[in-house]
Amino acid sequence: MTPVPAPPSSRAPYPAASAFDSDAPFARLPRLLRRLPDRELGMLPIIGALVLIWAVFGIINPAFLSAENLVNLTLQSAPTGVIALGVVLVLLAGQIDLSVGSVSGLAASVVAVTTVLWEWPIGLGIVLALSVGVVVGLTYGLLATRLGLPSFVLTLAGLMVLAGVQLRVLGSRGSINLPFESWLVDFAQQGFLSPAAAWSLVAAVIAVVAAVQLLERSRRARAELPRASLARVLLRVGGLAALLGGTVAYLGTARGIGYPVVLFLSLVAIVDVLLRRTRWGRSVRAVGGDRRSAMLAGVAVRRVTVSCFVACSTFAALGGVLAAGRLAAANQGTGGAETYLTAIAAAVIGGTSLFGGRGSAWSALTGVLVITSISSGLTLLNLDTASRYIVTGLVLVLALTADTLLRAPRSR
Amino acid sequence: MTRPQPHSQPEPRSGSRSGAAAPPPAAALPGAVLSLRGISKNFGGVRALSDVSLDVRPHEVLAVVGDNGAGKSTLAGVIAGAYRPDAGQLLLDGRPVVLGSPAVARSLGIAAVFQDLALCHNLDVVENLFLAHEPTRGGFLDEVAMERKAWELLGQLGTSVPSVRLPVRELSGGQRQVVAVARALLGSPRVVVLDEPTAALGIRQTAEVLNLVERLRERGHAVVLISHQAADLQAVADRFVVLRLGRVGGELDAASVGYEDLLAAMTGASRPGGRKPR
Ligand SMILES: Nc1ncnc2c1ncn2[C@@H]1O[C@H](COP(=O)(O)OP(=O)(O)O)[C@@H](O)[C@H]1O
Ligand SMILES: [Mg+2]
Repeated sequence: MTPVPAPPSSRAPYPAASAFDSDAPFARLPRLLRRLPDRELGMLPIIGALVLIWAVFGIINPAFLSAENLVNLTLQSAPTGVIALGVVLVLLAGQIDLSVGSVSGLAASVVAVTTVLWEWPIGLGIVLALSVGVVVGLTYGLLATRLGLPSFVLTLAGLMVLAGVQLRVLGSRGSINLPFESWLVDFAQQGFLSPAAAWSLVAAVIAVVAAVQLLERSRRARAELPRASLARVLLRVGGLAALLGGTVAYLGTARGIGYPVVLFLSLVAIVDVLLRRTRWGRSVRAVGGDRRSAMLAGVAVRRVTVSCFVACSTFAALGGVLAAGRLAAANQGTGGAETYLTAIAAAVIGGTSLFGGRGSAWSALTGVLVITSISSGLTLLNLDTASRYIVTGLVLVLALTADTLLRAPRSR
Repeated sequence: MTRPQPHSQPEPRSGSRSGAAAPPPAAALPGAVLSLRGISKNFGGVRALSDVSLDVRPHEVLAVVGDNGAGKSTLAGVIAGAYRPDAGQLLLDGRPVVLGSPAVARSLGIAAVFQDLALCHNLDVVENLFLAHEPTRGGFLDEVAMERKAWELLGQLGTSVPSVRLPVRELSGGQRQVVAVARALLGSPRVVVLDEPTAALGIRQTAEVLNLVERLRERGHAVVLISHQAADLQAVADRFVVLRLGRVGGELDAASVGYEDLLAAMTGASRPGGRKPR
């Protein structure tokens, strides 16, 4: 290698850090807004929508905002949310998986059949169900990358095949009930964090976030890079503390935070860190943004794509397992059309682009909360399934419009 | 969803392998970093490159000129590992190498700025610069190191990118060009291929890029500079290779060649020194 001698730097290579920490608050505001990373700015509309939905339903029927109803809402959201998290990953990589519902239904059936009919320990049944997800994702990934099959139709085919397999697995009985004493059912229905556990968890999360933010800030300062002002860091941490503390306090007046909800939130947080802070996450966004450019830059495009398919199907299987636990049953309807439509809609409503390369793990959470809130609110109003579909569909159109408009500057 | 791009998908296709058993190629020119010997590349029925041989030395700017469709970008792709040639050999320091992918080429010290720049528009400048080569710290991306290095690199190239955290989508054409060049220079490659680096630029920016090419030569890089505007390159090129319809239509010394000679070789109007066009 020919070493490249650094030429004498004739001017300051980067803007002075002080430009960022300027004291005039009003002069700083527009720049601050502009510098808000996509992630934070991108969350604002969806959080606004969520607040609006809650306000409207709360005004029409105060029972909607009762702690008990919100606890139910979170429990309802968790299985679909886990599935939506997988959908976020395939969408980010510029692919799609329409079969997540079938995978989740098949996984639920596998758990039910192995534990009830074959009398396996339930842990083993869950492992088998998750393995089914891994195999399905691997199959999609290899067919999509090696043969170049378009994932839209490929996973549509998978949807039908797996729905058929699910019927076969369930056999003539069509529906299998899980025993109420199994720990999966207990976990999904009765498992709630004790107040002490919930508050310790909140404290731990806030401590970690604050520590990471401050460490990063001081590293950037040492490297003479622009950094967020201390006030902004405090605002961010304080906001998080208020959000988490408020949620735990309010839900705690009813049953509190369910284990499946904790599992879902942890998965979202882990995937978020993987996406933003690891090479894998960056290559996922690169592949989804521009497959060819990513390849030319040296990204292992095929491996990244396969990994997203595998993660998606595995999350779908896990979502199915959680759903089976929650309903204490698996039947022919488990993981039907509503499941995958809701999961994909949630990812898009949460702000993950259908066009690939843009989105965040948190969109699985916000998206599924919006959809579940709408459906819960309409149910409280005694409106039927028909109106639920229509309203959710209209919200999806709104989200799609936003997605397409955001993409517009590039495509036109 | 996959966007079908049959024409621009540069993944290696298995073409006819018959040419692989061609006669043993001539040895590399002494002192050459990179040599191509008898390279051919077909796209379906289109013969984009046919029996192309050339050499690049360190401290040298090799200008590859030719009309549109002459096969220049295909040549860049072959050198950068984006296309696998159907026949012929690449020699690095005289030893045959197989560039199975752009990543392999990069690890061997060959970097390219492609005609369309090949940047991910949804990623910011830093993310693009280090894509697939990110430094990590305890398993996580080392953003601080990357951002520092990014400012340093861009400072060296003398550009005015407003922020290295801006998505590339929001940069001007000239700024994108610089980002792509900076990325190519990142690992101190020995061979830098620039495909039409000035095509999208104005007069002033063109001069800046050519300036940059000279600096690359001074630093000891071997530069392959590709353009269909031969006149632009005369100031910086050491040697010219003219491509015509996928073949080498002549090799000309920059010191002695006139613009008319180049034009003639590019269009095949007459036959200046060097190889005969067919
Ligand atoms: N990926 C591809 N698939 C099919 N044909 C291609 C591809 N790339 C280039 N070609 C063809 O190869 C020939 C040379 O193209 P190219 O190398 O882009 O020329 P230049 O860069 O000199 O304008 C053209 O006829 C072009 O149509
Ligand atoms: Mg070209």
